[in-house]
Amino acid sequence: MTCIIVDDEATARAIVGKHCSAVADLDVVGEFDNAIDAIKFLNQQDVDVVFLDIHMPGFSGVDFVQTLKNCPKVVLTTSDTEFAIAAYEYEAIVDYMVKPLTADRFQKSIQKVKSALKKQPDSVPSLNTNVGTGAQAEQDLYINIDKRLIKLHFNEILVVKAQGDYIDITTENKEYRVHTTLKKVKDKLPEKIFLQIHRSYIINFSKIIDIEDNSVLIKKMVIPISRSNRPELMRRLNLV
Amino acid sequence: MEEPNLKYIKELSGDDIEFEQKFISILKDEFPMERATYKEHIDSKNMNEAADVVHKLKHKFNILSMEEAYRFAVQFEEQLRAGKTDMDSDFRITLTQIDNFLKTI
Repeated sequence: MTCIIVDDEATARAIVGKHCSAVADLDVVGEFDNAIDAIKFLNQQDVDVVFLDIHMPGFSGVDFVQTLKNCPKVVLTTSDTEFAIAAYEYEAIVDYMVKPLTADRFQKSIQKVKSALKKQPDSVPSLNTNVGTGAQAEQDLYINIDKRLIKLHFNEILVVKAQGDYIDITTENKEYRVHTTLKKVKDKLPEKIFLQIHRSYIINFSKIIDIEDNSVLIKKMVIPISRSNRPELMRRLNLV
Repeated sequence: MEEPNLKYIKELSGDDIEFEQKFISILKDEFPMERATYKEHIDSKNMNEAADVVHKLKHKFNILSMEEAYRFAVQFEEQLRAGKTDMDSDFRITLTQIDNFLKTI
């Protein structure tokens, strides 16, 4: 088995690491002092289990589980027993250990992880959709701003504009600059709601106020329509 | 008054003296930083941020087998989130106590 350890306290990471070293078939492949770096790592590499501190500044363990589409098994490590019930609403979370961790308790947790991995089919959603959060996650986009993952609901996004190595996302209330490409963000947005109408612009189709000549009006923004994207836009319009 | 001790760290380390020394070194590095950050937030009246640091410090109390101090910190963290700092002076006594202890190990 492979695991990573995510905790903003060095002492806590050392304790988990020490317990992991006592498990013969468990390799620690990464340690992170913040959730964002761990998520980036998990986007590149699969692991079997994450030992995750639930209480980290700016981004909780529950946020972490909600953010990952294919979340590995998660063991929460925390001082906050009051989070326990909420934590078990997520299928990915298999155990909940209260600090300070002891060897006996850690071994029990490893057994729970192994059982959960045995039961796991090849592709299991990371969230328990019965609690309603799975469907919700499908309606959101998370953007990385200054090491924080900010959740944007699809419906609040108006326009996405390419700006060199960045994109500008304009929402109902705010504008965000994110270091990524228009192509990458386009892949994350549902085609039903969003449409690329220009090399540099993706728009929320439902936010169009009017269309005039070669431009679209969204709120107070006039967005150009390129010749090549115009047919698809016209096809999508419910014309009378 | 309860005293900090190495019982938990010894249990965690077992015969692994190298780990024990390394862990104590991490603790000696991390604790003063968190203590200083706590003071900064209290002085700046950033109660939620101070509560976040108390949350981390209470784990240190556990590591040093200080159960009473841990329970006190749990209450204090809640108080800070409610904007109250009445328990600050007693909390600082515990921090000083730990600081002094870490200098002896």
